[in-house]
Amino acid sequence: MTALIAQLAPVLGQVEIHNRTGPNAPCQAQNKAFCFDWAVDNFDRYTTPLLNHVLIVLVCVAIGFAAAFGMALISHGRRWLIPTFTGTTGVLYTIPSLAFIFLLLPITGLGTTTAIIVLSVYTLQIIYRNIVAGLANVPPESKDAGRGMGMTDRQLLWRVELPLALPEIIAGLRIATVSTVAIASLMVFANVNTLGEPLYQQISFKTNVVIAGGLMILMAIAFDALLLLAQRLLAPWRRPSMEALA
Amino acid sequence: MSHVIHLGFLGTFGDAFDFILHQQKARIGDNLVGGPDKSLSLVGEHLKVTFLSLGVAAAVALPVGIILGHVRRGETFAIALGNAGRAVPELALIAFVAAYIGVGLANVTFAFAILGIPPILTNTYVGMSQVDRNAVQAARGMGMTNLQSIFRVELPLAVPTIMAGVRTAGVNIIATVALASLAGLSTLGDYIINRNVYGDQGVVAGAILIALLALALDFGLAGLQWALTPRGLKLARAGASA
Repeated sequence: MTALIAQLAPVLGQVEIHNRTGPNAPCQAQNKAFCFDWAVDNFDRYTTPLLNHVLIVLVCVAIGFAAAFGMALISHGRRWLIPTFTGTTGVLYTIPSLAFIFLLLPITGLGTTTAIIVLSVYTLQIIYRNIVAGLANVPPESKDAGRGMGMTDRQLLWRVELPLALPEIIAGLRIATVSTVAIASLMVFANVNTLGEPLYQQISFKTNVVIAGGLMILMAIAFDALLLLAQRLLAPWRRPSMEALA
Repeated sequence: MSHVIHLGFLGTFGDAFDFILHQQKARIGDNLVGGPDKSLSLVGEHLKVTFLSLGVAAAVALPVGIILGHVRRGETFAIALGNAGRAVPELALIAFVAAYIGVGLANVTFAFAILGIPPILTNTYVGMSQVDRNAVQAARGMGMTNLQSIFRVELPLAVPTIMAGVRTAGVNIIATVALASLAGLSTLGDYIINRNVYGDQGVVAGAILIALLALALDFGLAGLQWALTPRGLKLARAGASA
């Protein structure tokens, strides 16, 4: 492109070349703080990455929840398993996301599979820990009442303990979802077209950075609000706790 | 050179260890890449940026968390900040700081410190505010000033929770420092983002080194947490779990 302009320069005059970075150049060529016109004209390039981003977050949190829930059920009657599960998910959570992606490179290659494995594994720790904490916080009186009504272990779990643990469980889901939104942007390194892709392609173009980053933050806020709403609807007897220890 | 052991038979992982242990020709150009000297110097740079950022984060977050926790005010702020911290997209944060503020060590350290502040501040607040009020009153009754009460009673009791926050921050930062290679610094991220130069073995070598560093840092900070925890608390916990 530059070569073409250089060839045309004698015809168009030096002004053309000069203008590309001069005061009359388009906003994006000068890389101003934010180019509103460019944003309006080019917003469609973010729609596919945005939808992919939402989709991969939903899939990975769902997989992570299913796995963590299964683990919590297994360790519910076998309390000695809890430190093992907490420790294992904790070590997995400690693996840096970029490193995780490329440690899987020789095994699953780069692509959606790798991205889904990495993101799902990261959600395990927080969801598992919150389910276990929720179950542990069920008042013994409630369990006694259930027993007194003749409930079996299974009935007690599904009708008394899990419903009462719901606020903690959803609190875990909220944190897991919000952090998955953030980490999913790194999946550009696994060749997955999330919002990280447009961000990385023009990483020094300010308008692009603000749009891609802003969309991720808005997405995190939206997911958080939806889960908060779900918590209010499903467990109206308890005020949603803001408490979530790191 | 018959004594040189090549690990290529282990597949890409073996190639990656070879890349760390032996210099080799780059995939593009004639430069020699990899090898123990280069890898060690990148590990050093990576750790330097990590500890600098963690230090700045702690220098900002600890005093604020201690004061808020001591007066037991600002719970909403402290907890909300911790939750918001998890929502920060690292890649966007680095890109934002590099584009709007600039590249180089100081700016990049600033960006990573932002990542480290929320977990430290939140945990410091929670640790300080959960100290048994009776212990604080006892300190008062013994004639301690505010400062004496903070440093001799409240902080020691809050150490396990505070250090848990420092661990989270450290692990977050050491993982993200790899992205500093996008903002003009040399870290282990160099191996990862230049796949066309270093090849798969270089990328996997970088991943192995970063993962080992993160686990080592977590382990080291856990040891520090244990060492800083007052003996009385350890005994109380042992008694509680027995």
